[in-house]
Amino acid sequence: MADRRYTKTHEWVTVDGKTVTVGITDFAQAQLGDVVFLELPSTGRKVGAGESFGVVESVKAASDLYSPVSGRINEVNEKLATKPELINSDPYGEGWILKLELEGDLPQDLLDESEYKKVTEAGSQ
Amino acid sequence: MTLSALKRTPLYDRHVALGGRMVDFGGWEMPQQYTSIRDEHLAVRKSAGLFDVSHMGRFEFGGEGAEDHLQRLLTNEVAALAPGHAIYSLMCNEKGGILDDLVVYREAKDRFLVVVNAANRDQDAAWMRSHLPPNATFDDRSSELCLLALQGPHASELLPDGSSDTEDIPYFGFHPGQVAGTRALISRTGYTGEDGFELFVDSASAIHVWDAILDHGKSAGVLPCGLGARDATRLEAALRLYGNDMDDTVNPYEAGLGWTVKLGKGEFVGREALDQVKAEGPRRTLIGLKTAPGDIPRHGAAVMAAGKRTGTVTSGTHSFFLGHPIALAMVEAASFRVGDKAAVEVRGREAAAEVVKLPFYRGSARSAVAPAKS
Repeated sequence: MADRRYTKTHEWVTVDGKTVTVGITDFAQAQLGDVVFLELPSTGRKVGAGESFGVVESVKAASDLYSPVSGRINEVNEKLATKPELINSDPYGEGWILKLELEGDLPQDLLDESEYKKVTEAGSQ
Repeated sequence: MTLSALKRTPLYDRHVALGGRMVDFGGWEMPQQYTSIRDEHLAVRKSAGLFDVSHMGRFEFGGEGAEDHLQRLLTNEVAALAPGHAIYSLMCNEKGGILDDLVVYREAKDRFLVVVNAANRDQDAAWMRSHLPPNATFDDRSSELCLLALQGPHASELLPDGSSDTEDIPYFGFHPGQVAGTRALISRTGYTGEDGFELFVDSASAIHVWDAILDHGKSAGVLPCGLGARDATRLEAALRLYGNDMDDTVNPYEAGLGWTVKLGKGEFVGREALDQVKAEGPRRTLIGLKTAPGDIPRHGAAVMAAGKRTGTVTSGTHSFFLGHPIALAMVEAASFRVGDKAAVEVRGREAAAEVVKLPFYRGSARSAVAPAKS
């Protein structure tokens, strides 16, 4: 498995060849609180980097989800329809949200772990 | 405001040690949740949950003028309250707008304890002091006393060793006793719709009582619970939250709390205005809404009937216990009846809602809304 990269909007990606898996970070799920619902796109849709592709509803608030990369959605985590709490319990594993087929290159502005950590430390106070 | 400027209760270190996610609530740094709102919510409905509600204000009134004083400031009948009994009441301004909702505990003929909302503590104290007659005393005991709430269908079986028998405490009754070998005022009241207790304990023994309840209840599923579970359970029970469902622009009849207004008891602040509202009928009313999973109506969202906006959501959440979102909304009077279809704004679009009877859920509390007659 490739290294995990992050966005300032608290999504993560892992890249395996042309396949990019997308989820939200542990920091994001902790801030949101218990996730109760996800509004997710259908497979086949194309999204651009930074484009909103869905909504995550927690008990506290609704938040937009942004695609970290450009690509075509090949798979949506169906388990989240009945078990949205996987986002909380396993955000980097069973709580993955989308798998996309990457179009072009990875954006330059993805963050590595230490850069992302700085974002969360700045944002939590 | 930064978190460091917020006030903390004597149990703050416990909240942090238990993993509490601390948030600003009415100027207080309180736990939103410890583990998960879902688990904490379900603990309250199925076993019992323990809340620190020490951020609420605790005022003591004494002297021979205390009864008259409260009778004149509050909408409910305080004079008829027997010692050892409590009553839910509103405090209104001259226009009949709600200043706060509170619980009055009559400790003795000439001594009352009044518990008010955290966010209104300072304004309430100023208001109640400014009306104080010379033959009554006001004492802010908020920092001397902690207030813990153990709430749930099994709460009465789950008090730790060294606790007084609670069998003979009626709903909205209280008596001095012991919890975990420590002096406490044990009150059968709460804000969740469930049976349970609110425990007034000396601040110095609060940590001991907190730990003893959690240790003793652990095997029975008792969890420490945060503001998230408190909000969800109070909303299921349709208990109004000051600042969300009502404020000084809302009168008691609009809030569906007309039962706390005793127009015949004699003069009190707001009586004249409320007399008129009652005679004319309130212009707005608080209703219950239910929506499909995922469509959570949030505070401030528009409520529509036949394409026309008739009101606003005042509180909304996902009910883990009922399995769908629920909301309270303030709407034009007579615009909806129970069973009607409505539309509510969710994430910028209209979602289908159904008008349902309140409360959404009636828990194990001996009487979920009106206190028992004493």
